[in-house]
Amino acid sequence: MKKIKNQKPAFNPVSASDFLPEDELQDLQFDRLKKIVRRAYDCTELYRKRMKDEKIIPEDLTSLQDLKNLPFTVKTDLRDTYPFGLFASPMSEIVRLHASSGTTGKPIVVAYTQEDLDVWSDSMMRTFAACGLHSGDIIQNAYGHGLFTGGLGAHYGAEKLGATVIPVSGGNTDRQLMLMQDFGSTAFCSTPSYFTFMIERAAELEIDIRKLPLKAGIFGAEPWTEEMRKHIEKASGVKAYDIYGLSEITGPGVGSECEEQDGLHIFEDYFYPEIIDPKTGKVLPDGKEGELVLTTLCKKAMPMIRYRTRDITMIIPRRCRCGRTIRRIKRINRRSDDMLIIRGVNIFPSQIESAILAVEGTLPHYQIVLSKEKGLDQIEVQVEVTEKVFSDRIGALEQLQSKLMQALENVTSIRIGVRLVAHQTIKRSEGKAKRVIDMRNQN
Amino acid sequence: MKIKQVSIFIENKAGTLSAPCKLLSDAGINIVTLCLADTNDFGIMRLIVKDWQKAKKLLESKDYAVKITDVVAIEVEDRPGGLASILSVLEKSKLNVEYMYAFTSGKNGRAVLVFCFENPDEAVQILSSKGINVLGETHIFQK
Repeated sequence: MKKIKNQKPAFNPVSASDFLPEDELQDLQFDRLKKIVRRAYDCTELYRKRMKDEKIIPEDLTSLQDLKNLPFTVKTDLRDTYPFGLFASPMSEIVRLHASSGTTGKPIVVAYTQEDLDVWSDSMMRTFAACGLHSGDIIQNAYGHGLFTGGLGAHYGAEKLGATVIPVSGGNTDRQLMLMQDFGSTAFCSTPSYFTFMIERAAELEIDIRKLPLKAGIFGAEPWTEEMRKHIEKASGVKAYDIYGLSEITGPGVGSECEEQDGLHIFEDYFYPEIIDPKTGKVLPDGKEGELVLTTLCKKAMPMIRYRTRDITMIIPRRCRCGRTIRRIKRINRRSDDMLIIRGVNIFPSQIESAILAVEGTLPHYQIVLSKEKGLDQIEVQVEVTEKVFSDRIGALEQLQSKLMQALENVTSIRIGVRLVAHQTIKRSEGKAKRVIDMRNQN
Repeated sequence: MKIKQVSIFIENKAGTLSAPCKLLSDAGINIVTLCLADTNDFGIMRLIVKDWQKAKKLLESKDYAVKITDVVAIEVEDRPGGLASILSVLEKSKLNVEYMYAFTSGKNGRAVLVFCFENPDEAVQILSSKGINVLGETHIFQK
């Protein structure tokens, strides 16, 4: 085969904003912030009203620090304005929609202009580059392709990097392993728990992942721990990187570890981070733990001004050994709300509650039990059988069970097991009901 | 001519059968017969007792989900073909059976079949018109 010379020079992360001198970075951020706040004010009713309520106009922003005076945006704002209420671009300029699960069964919708997609691809490309990948790498992308931002986000970033993408999407572990061997994948994108599951399956099939060309795992979409990283790296021989993102801001590509694996760099030329005290809303200095708040500096179709992520972390006050000037956050392993992340999918107990309510008409006692099996999250909903729904016919009870499962799948988009249990078997608590039993970190 | 059946929800795990039985026996309620239907996770215990109101109250007081269903009891001779002759009548009459169970009553060599029909009133009418011995409460609880 004739070797064709690569026409385009490979992407070099040093050329990206990752390494801008701090003052230049801040100038860029402030310049972009002024424009995006202006846009939000002019094009989105919610932002305009909120700022007017606070008697703020975009011109009041005289420095990056003034951002702290702007009102927050929260997840319920996206729900309340469902589906298109926060869009700041006309539909003729919006080229893509994504959606993630919301709290009431209605998803949260996010929109992108072509420019937004370019920014997203750029930040995902920089994510891969930070994880040591470049043109020539073969990236097997097992994030779900579809409404979920993971699949397509990683896809375009990998292409922009010049890597070879295998858009295999999630599931079908045996096929994943076959492709991994046959195509010689050098990187794998998925949730860390799915990869843990793959390691076990590989062992059953007597495939030694350590002997394959696979060198990097790009893992995100759920919180995981340092212990899990050690386990993955030891069992598979790949370097396991933590990446961070959320649909409301763009999807994956908001932040990523670098080869130092010591905190996640936020691509803050696009996504400006603040840490606040979740109770008072006051901005905390770098090095203090609090809730991460992000402002999209370039997002045209749907600017997010001071979006409260509910993720608890801190900005690391030191420069990273890799030389990147963009700041890092500590890896996130807890949230300030009740959202559960099951196999990468966001689930709120309230969604489960509304599904049960829809099927039964009244709400019986129920509880959500989370566990781990072969490294994969398992979720089971236990529902007490009340006199109202009880039948002397097995078929009727089985029908109830499958109706519940269907309703749960409809609102959460994942399959959730339902167990019918006898009345009074679920422990009653005084005060707030304990709906979630999380046994995932127990042995 | 229908009789009342008491059904309760139980989980399919060790120890769940004895508790309701003991509850009834402590209250002096005699179980004429019972039948279990089960899946992997859960089951339904169906009971025929004389004082079903009392049984229902008692079980409910212990948080069981209780349901009272009208069932039809039929007496047949306890010999080969006894059940088959009844079933062929049901088939010809197109009576839909939800479930059934049987027990021998211990007196004069007769067996009792308990049927849950989709439409019990219609079933009683048809069966009686075919000369089949549908048992009332007074018969079934006779010693």
